[in-house]
Amino acid sequence: MNLPANILVPLVVTIPLLGSALTLAFGRRRPQQIAVSVFALTMVAVIGAVLLIQVDQGGTAVVHVGGWDAPWGIVLVVDRLSAIMLLVSALMLLGVLLFAVGQGIVDGDRETPVSIFHPTYLVLAAGLFNAFIAGDLFNLYVGFEMLLSASYVLLTLGGTGARIRVGVTYIVVSLVSSILFLSAIALIYGATGTVTMALIADRVADLPPDVQLILNLLLLLAFCVKAAVFPLSFWLPDSYPTAPAPVTAVFAGLLTKVGIYAIIRTQTLLFPDSVLSVPLMVVAFLTMIVGILGALAQADIKRLLSFTLVSHIGYMIFGIAMGTPLAIAATIFYVVHHITVQTTLFLCAGLIERVGGTTSLARLGGLLKAAPFVAFLFFVGALNLGGIPPFSGFLGKIALFQAGADIAEPVTYILMGAGAATSLLTLYALARVWNIAFWRGAGEVEDYESPMLDALLEDPDDEGAVTTRTISPLMTAATTALLLLTVSLTVFAGPVFALTTRAAADIETPATYIDAVFPNGTP
Amino acid sequence: MSVSLTLVIVMAVMYAAGVYVMLERSLTRVLIGFLLVGNATNLLIFIMSGRPGNSPIVTGTAADAAMADPVPQVLMLTAIVINFGITALILALIYRSWWLARLGDEGDTLTDEHAAETFASTEESFRSVTEDEAASQEDLDASERGTEHEHQHGHTGERGDPANAPGEGMNR
Repeated sequence: MNLPANILVPLVVTIPLLGSALTLAFGRRRPQQIAVSVFALTMVAVIGAVLLIQVDQGGTAVVHVGGWDAPWGIVLVVDRLSAIMLLVSALMLLGVLLFAVGQGIVDGDRETPVSIFHPTYLVLAAGLFNAFIAGDLFNLYVGFEMLLSASYVLLTLGGTGARIRVGVTYIVVSLVSSILFLSAIALIYGATGTVTMALIADRVADLPPDVQLILNLLLLLAFCVKAAVFPLSFWLPDSYPTAPAPVTAVFAGLLTKVGIYAIIRTQTLLFPDSVLSVPLMVVAFLTMIVGILGALAQADIKRLLSFTLVSHIGYMIFGIAMGTPLAIAATIFYVVHHITVQTTLFLCAGLIERVGGTTSLARLGGLLKAAPFVAFLFFVGALNLGGIPPFSGFLGKIALFQAGADIAEPVTYILMGAGAATSLLTLYALARVWNIAFWRGAGEVEDYESPMLDALLEDPDDEGAVTTRTISPLMTAATTALLLLTVSLTVFAGPVFALTTRAAADIETPATYIDAVFPNGTP
Repeated sequence: MSVSLTLVIVMAVMYAAGVYVMLERSLTRVLIGFLLVGNATNLLIFIMSGRPGNSPIVTGTAADAAMADPVPQVLMLTAIVINFGITALILALIYRSWWLARLGDEGDTLTDEHAAETFASTEESFRSVTEDEAASQEDLDASERGTEHEHQHGHTGERGDPANAPGEGMNR
């Protein structure tokens, strides 16, 4: 049975928005809020799955909102890439929401004290989904603004001094990137007379090469800030770790990946003949190396994970820079892998914080005995992120390296070397967390001497407090569910990679996208 | 596409001033900078609509060439609304950081004066006021009758002192 796309596609934005309004109306009635949020995100996940199946079988779904045809009305486009992103992000949001609910139950809602958590979270979800299905640049901008505004509120939740301070940095950086994006849209409109991506893709090739380059650079600059690509990544490791654990997990998993998604769209659809391949590779190299070197110097697990997040963005930029079908397929696979594994690891860090009372390596110890199951969750997640065979992290990197070897230019070989080094250093950073936080005994924490602890930088906001709190079964269950999802990416790597290959084939030929939006030819 | 030079100059000045002010440390200046840069961007969008023209209202016939391009105006309108929302948020943030800077974490620990009150103690304080009034009424009646009751007067004075009311006293 095929459900009509023009009903399904708008629902992924309207359901979370309606849910947001409902949860706001329910205010302080927490059970109803939770029920509405869980229902809304479950619905979107189901719709995402249905859309993925339909789009995979029947081709790109295009919805003209309000019945206005493409260049005049707003067009929503769901191709395989959008559907994959929709499904994965809905599942992540659902898992993290359950974790947050579990944490709230244990704390009596001290960590998320305000009734605005659920409405804001759902607006974030709606913005995210809107960005994935946007068929014109301005709608993409609106999606970005929705999720960013929600993220400003979530990041400064509770309004403590530390959160306000990092919130200001985050907000100002995001605003600048948004203004860059808006200026880019204005210039693109001036140059091509449209904001519909399919029509821009058709017309941009007629522009002089230097104008194309400027437009491409402006868009890339705006998206690179959001995706935390070096040297525009400095804001991320400072701002993410300060938020509550579930919020950090969602930000780390999804917000940077929206930037990556937008870069994939720009580079494949709007500027497929970009001359920026080599500069992007240089940037990818620096992102990987500088990011992971930053991670090595961190004593705080959340900050360490934030730096690995920045560093692994480099792999995706590498894939986009290569731009071959195999490279794009590998990038999409890597994005999916990284969303799930990074979210899981940040949730694990949240669990560690509660069991050990801190996330500083200097004061953690004996967690293997204290919480063997948390240790197991972290261990599998760490191996996966570090790229140990047979996990999906390894498979994604192998596919990227395969694409690099196929191109066989010196620069791709250098990038492959950097990628392998980054992978090993990630493993080193995470193995150190394992050794110190989990493996050393709780009694050894005082007067512990180890070269692994020398020269580590503490979190500047860390006050040295150790306060352990209980974990609710729901928190563990949510983390386990996400871990199972990452493992299933490994188990079903064959079908998933086949799917991302088909998605890459879709976006490799912009004509597919353009024909889907304008079946009767472009105006 | 012909463009008004004045608008371009105004836009450029606003961008320059906005970026300059945004680089200041003070949050209020960052906000002013953001407003300038945001409105400069709105102007940029407007400039992209090209030559000004008639209002783009199609009345039965096809669009005529003298019409202004309506799309940039729509984009601007959306951008203005978004900027407005963000500005409100930043203002709240500035107020909050001012509050924290002035009062530090103390600002959050100023307790609710009524936090320690229980239902019973509230009832108690209300009851004592009622009794107090009854007692003073009695006192008045007594003085009207010309009878002196010194010790009872002292008793009601103690009851009537608000600082000694149960619940209130615990927080001071």
